[in-house]
Amino acid sequence: MSDLAWLRAPPPDFRARVNALKKADGGAEAGLELLRLAAYRLDENQLAKLASVAKAISGKAPQFTPVKVALIGDGTLSLVAPAIEGSGVRHGVLIDVVLGGYNSVVQESFDETSAVHAAKPDLVVLATDCRILGLSRAAASREAANDLVDAALTRTRMIVERMGKSARGGVIVQTVPPPADPLFGSFDRVEPTSPFAMTEAFNAKLRQWALSGGIVIADIARLAASIGYERWDDPRHWHASKLPFSPDFTPAYADVIARLVGALRGKARKVLVLDLDNTLWGGVIGDDGLEGIALGQGSATGEVFLAIQNFALDLRQRGIVLAVCSKNEDATARQPFREHPEMALKEAHIAAFQANWTDKAANLRTIAETLNLGLDSLVFVDDNPAEREQVRRELPMVAVPELPDDPAYFPRYLAAAGYFEAVAFSAEDRARAELYQTNAARAELMSSSSDMDSYLRSLDMHCRIGPVSSVNRARVAQLINKSNQYNLTTRRYTEAEVAEMETRPDKLMLQARLEDRFGDNGIISIVIVDTKGREWDIDTWLMSCRVLGRRVENAVLNTIAGYARSHGATALTGSYIPSAKNQMVRDHYEKLSFTLTETSESGAARWRLDLSQYEGPDLPMRIEADLAEVEEV
Amino acid sequence: MSSQDGILERVGEIMADTFDLDDFKATRETTANDVEEWDSLSHVRLIVAIERAFKIKFSNAEIERLRNVGGLVDAIASKTGQTA
Repeated sequence: MSDLAWLRAPPPDFRARVNALKKADGGAEAGLELLRLAAYRLDENQLAKLASVAKAISGKAPQFTPVKVALIGDGTLSLVAPAIEGSGVRHGVLIDVVLGGYNSVVQESFDETSAVHAAKPDLVVLATDCRILGLSRAAASREAANDLVDAALTRTRMIVERMGKSARGGVIVQTVPPPADPLFGSFDRVEPTSPFAMTEAFNAKLRQWALSGGIVIADIARLAASIGYERWDDPRHWHASKLPFSPDFTPAYADVIARLVGALRGKARKVLVLDLDNTLWGGVIGDDGLEGIALGQGSATGEVFLAIQNFALDLRQRGIVLAVCSKNEDATARQPFREHPEMALKEAHIAAFQANWTDKAANLRTIAETLNLGLDSLVFVDDNPAEREQVRRELPMVAVPELPDDPAYFPRYLAAAGYFEAVAFSAEDRARAELYQTNAARAELMSSSSDMDSYLRSLDMHCRIGPVSSVNRARVAQLINKSNQYNLTTRRYTEAEVAEMETRPDKLMLQARLEDRFGDNGIISIVIVDTKGREWDIDTWLMSCRVLGRRVENAVLNTIAGYARSHGATALTGSYIPSAKNQMVRDHYEKLSFTLTETSESGAARWRLDLSQYEGPDLPMRIEADLAEVEEV
Repeated sequence: MSSQDGILERVGEIMADTFDLDDFKATRETTANDVEEWDSLSHVRLIVAIERAFKIKFSNAEIERLRNVGGLVDAIASKTGQTA
């Protein structure tokens, strides 16, 4: 997959289309064309070209998040810098790379006036090389091997710590591919002084570090292994220009870095939408019938499709929501799910099931609406090239992987594309796919309840509000970066920034969880308040749309108001900053009895709540606020 | 059109792509001094793009011997067995 096989070859008029875009005025349509162009299998020159136009229209294409990335490390990195910028478009981020000087990473990280510090990057990518780290030659003794690994780690720690001062969004550190050529042979893995064993030891320590949340890992060692160490490493280019790896793999490398940056900004995809005929089983259910389709043990073709279903189930297990989009009669499409004994996927695994004769783009729109997620959360898998084309043309924000003729390779193409890149994994992620099913059950209950309030009371809700700490920080950071719709200010903070705010006496940071009779929704709302002075200002207020209309916002306000009052505050203020997606919270503060104090031409508004006048309403839930820990910090 | 001319034309296209120049015409006499965008870094990108396009590999010694586009075209021709 080193050649980005899940993307199509670029069209002959690629250059002309990019140039045309450069002359366009920007706007949403330019953003869509940018997405279409990024969805091709571009080489490093085409990626650089795309990056230049992306920069030219940045700010005018609302669907992208700008991110400034300092790229520092060993060897010549100037070749990959524009490729990373170009690849960012594919992952919803407009990356601006600030490139460190050649082989001066240590000096620059220590010098707080250096360009990489001065740029105040959001993120740092540290790309080290085993030859510069001192791990590429065998050590003289086991002690020496230990010392070399420690020295490499110390150097890395110093750089990360120093750069962390400027880049509050955190540091991405890449694992180090081992030297391609064996020294002892198989014994390399056993002998601690071998370069192979030393790089593996170094990578193991990076893993420990990442596990404790200190860094984010870009697993370049794994990328190199997938490609093949001998193809990855090119001594000719190292000797001539200190390129750390063969330039053939610049696009593959850049995509791995870009998808991580995207994931850190909440741009990873969330939903896998599957076609049925010849995608989940062999044959056409409407023509071949239940006995005629190929699925399950016993035939090679049947096993291939079973493997595809199992892959989808594995994704669901890690929190990816599954949906179906098929041109079929609904009853026919559901029949294998209900009656075929070899189906691994059941109806209960599918959060949205669209089987009809409408076009697929329209159905994908419906799926996104049903799940209350943006179209840019969807990945659409279909064996039929015509359907893929239709969706790509109409909905360039939906990821549509190119697939080979042989379905045996479908899972590989899908996995290699990195649509569902994660930088953390929590118990809530694991339960997320389940949540979308229980939401459907709640919707059913609602239709049977006579009025809203009695419906809410019947849910037996329990809202727990508490501080942010290391136990929930990852989920909090994830929500801060992913929530678009119910988000008053859309301010993004990384996990490192959240950790820093936890310790600040002038910040009140709250998370709310909601349980009901169908299950635990997990953390669903976050509020950050500046507590300086007597008028406290709400910096961030966001909520997961899955608990929309459950009056959680009232519960949260009651808690904040009570807490603020007991700490001598007289008023709460808050802002609404409009974005492309947060229309639904325009009246949020008004509904909560705030008074409008200021509006600007951009549609932004300031609101104020006089605490002496505020009386919280009675709410259809139990509220439990645990704010003692907040006071302590 | 000799095969050398065909190679020259293709090399010119690749150069335009690599250096991001819209109106660019390469001749056998063109050197790095004639093209502002042709620096040591974009030279690496050019060689990589040429190698990919013609499915060939140059050694470092061969690259160091190159003096102008003509030299590059001859080297490609000899590697692809198209010497005139």
